[in-house]
Amino acid sequence: MKSGFLAAAAAAVVVSASAVAGAATLDTVKQRGFVQCGVNAGLPGFGNPDSAGNWTGLDVDYCRAVAVAIFGDANKVKFTPLSAQQRFPAIQSGEVDLLSRNTTATLTRDTSVGLNFAPVTYYDGQGFMVPKKLGVKSAKELNGATVCVQSGTTTELNLADYFRANNMTYNPVVIESNDEVNAAYFAGRCDVLTTDVSGLAGTRAGVAPVPDDHVILPEVISKEPLAPAVRHGDDQWFDIVKWTIFATIQAEEFGITSKNVDEFTNSKNPDIQRFLGTSPGMGKALGLDEKWAYNVVKKVGNYAEIFDRNVGPGTPLKLERGLNALWTKGGLMYAQPFR
Amino acid sequence: MATETRTTQGAPPPGGVSFSLSDPTFRAIVYQILVVGAVVLVGWFLISNTLDNLARRSIATGYHFLEREAAFGIGESLIDYSPKDTYGRAFLVGVLNTLKVSIIGVILATIIGTIIGVARLSSNWLIAKLASTYVEIIRNIPPLLQLFFWYALVSDGLPPVRQALNPIPGVFLSQRGLRVPVPAPDPVWTNMGIALLVGIVAAWGVSRWARARQARTGQPFPAGWAGLGLIVGLPILTWLAGGAPLAMDVPKLAGFNFTGGASISPEFFAILTGLTLYTAAFIAEVVRSGIKAVNWGQTEAARALGLPGSPTLRLVILPQALRVIVPPLTSQYLNLTKNSSLALAIGYPDLVSIANTTLNQTGQAIEGVTMIMGTYLVISLSISIFMNWYNKRIALVER
Repeated sequence: MKSGFLAAAAAAVVVSASAVAGAATLDTVKQRGFVQCGVNAGLPGFGNPDSAGNWTGLDVDYCRAVAVAIFGDANKVKFTPLSAQQRFPAIQSGEVDLLSRNTTATLTRDTSVGLNFAPVTYYDGQGFMVPKKLGVKSAKELNGATVCVQSGTTTELNLADYFRANNMTYNPVVIESNDEVNAAYFAGRCDVLTTDVSGLAGTRAGVAPVPDDHVILPEVISKEPLAPAVRHGDDQWFDIVKWTIFATIQAEEFGITSKNVDEFTNSKNPDIQRFLGTSPGMGKALGLDEKWAYNVVKKVGNYAEIFDRNVGPGTPLKLERGLNALWTKGGLMYAQPFR
Repeated sequence: MATETRTTQGAPPPGGVSFSLSDPTFRAIVYQILVVGAVVLVGWFLISNTLDNLARRSIATGYHFLEREAAFGIGESLIDYSPKDTYGRAFLVGVLNTLKVSIIGVILATIIGTIIGVARLSSNWLIAKLASTYVEIIRNIPPLLQLFFWYALVSDGLPPVRQALNPIPGVFLSQRGLRVPVPAPDPVWTNMGIALLVGIVAAWGVSRWARARQARTGQPFPAGWAGLGLIVGLPILTWLAGGAPLAMDVPKLAGFNFTGGASISPEFFAILTGLTLYTAAFIAEVVRSGIKAVNWGQTEAARALGLPGSPTLRLVILPQALRVIVPPLTSQYLNLTKNSSLALAIGYPDLVSIANTTLNQTGQAIEGVTMIMGTYLVISLSISIFMNWYNKRIALVER
């Protein structure tokens, strides 16, 4: 009977849907065979497809690092390009397993948006870029300016706060897509472009018709700790992402790089033995292979390698380590102990 | 159903309901209960599952966020707004911006569409071909691309703000849009608005009276001219009575931008032009088909009765054409309103753009989306109700 079939179908939907809701992310990912990672659609240095169509960037490398920790293979990852507005619904709904998209960790996002933030992969701050010919030397001179900004970002809020705090007015041009925001600024629709300083550097290097025509003002008006995020409610998955990031930082502390990691497998240092899995235990605790950290360093590299490859002085972005140096060198990068 | 019952073999006598599946009436009721039950079950499952998942991930629910401070800026607004205001007020700004572009767009698209539609029927070969070229080109390009085109035309085609074009003294045209002088604030302007409303009401009264008199005595009265005189004359009299103020608020270049005067932003220009021209192409086809639907014999009959050209169109052709035009016209109005959500792509702060920012800052996507859907539903239903009322009003009353 038709309606009997309907009722049965409804019951089946109920059962299957609750089964999916209860499954652990790690099991789902293993069954699927790859990590689904949400990244920026076009921010040079952080998430950007190169001319051959391969995804590159610091955020992208952390997606790969998680894939390596689970599968031992940096290619077992698929990327979902997300706009600033799409990113939270995408991670909330389970469309992506991991959101690694230059996302600022904030209290609201940690609580009511329902995210858990892994360790910070890039300490950033919001800045302003203006055309050189305006002759502006400080953000305090921007009263009355028209500002191009991407919608759905903390940037939009910091901008409003900064102008309010300094008793200045501005006229926002708020556009959803990063590309269109940049296009509007370079066409001259706005006097000022604002986003994270790293993003401004990336845009100036990669998008500006003549990079030297634009200056980034000295003021940094906010703290923007950029960190990958996962959904609430799956602690094991959160741990895996968290310790994958710590592994890249710890490797730099040990001086282990993708080139020399094999030499360290014979190390007599018990810390390093635990880290590389030659003395087992850490992998089992996370539900991963014992060689997970070895694989991450071998196939993706330590933090310094990831930084230098994507945004460092040798790249068009030419960013210094600054706050992102190791804690031993005056920065904020600090891994919790592997024991 | 009743006749079926009577002809079915073994059916009980009409009036009584047997609780057997062989009774078609009973069977129909059972099916309907089962289907409604299944729909309710699926709906309940979706809602409870969603709430359950939200609670499991500790995502906030409810509409309390509407009272919190929005803390983001909005480029243009019909009411006073600053980042200190609430999310609720920010949403209202978005709704008003959507209504602004929809209402102006609907009016302009109707005017342009009617002109193009009539032009397509013109006996002048050039005018007819130009009109059909317009329709075919505009109708076949996705509206989003047209918006990008109009936006790029302003931001790439016009000079920077410091080299603004100044075609008439006080009027400036640049990448930042159009700045025009407006009369400086004065109580007279409010009074003129009131006078205009009074004039419109009076003109309507005169035309009613004139029609009644013509029906009674057969004497025509130039109600059109009298009405125009009232609508234009009353405000002018008020202006003269208020001391004829002439002070203007002229835009000046100060710092980064012009201050003073009124402005049309490039975003508003792009969304309005794009939507108007796109929808006008469809309206042109609606108008053309409506006029074509009226038999040529109607015109001939009107001429045979001695009606001149203009009353023929007004009294014979249009009432019959509008019957065909109004229903599809309603869908075009609805399309224009809904397409205004494309504003997101070019930075016009419409309701979708602002609701998206809100749901992104608060993380309450489901609430934000229900608000967007609810608002569009209300706007669309209002347009439908109004157009259905209008359609009934103009429907031919057959005697």
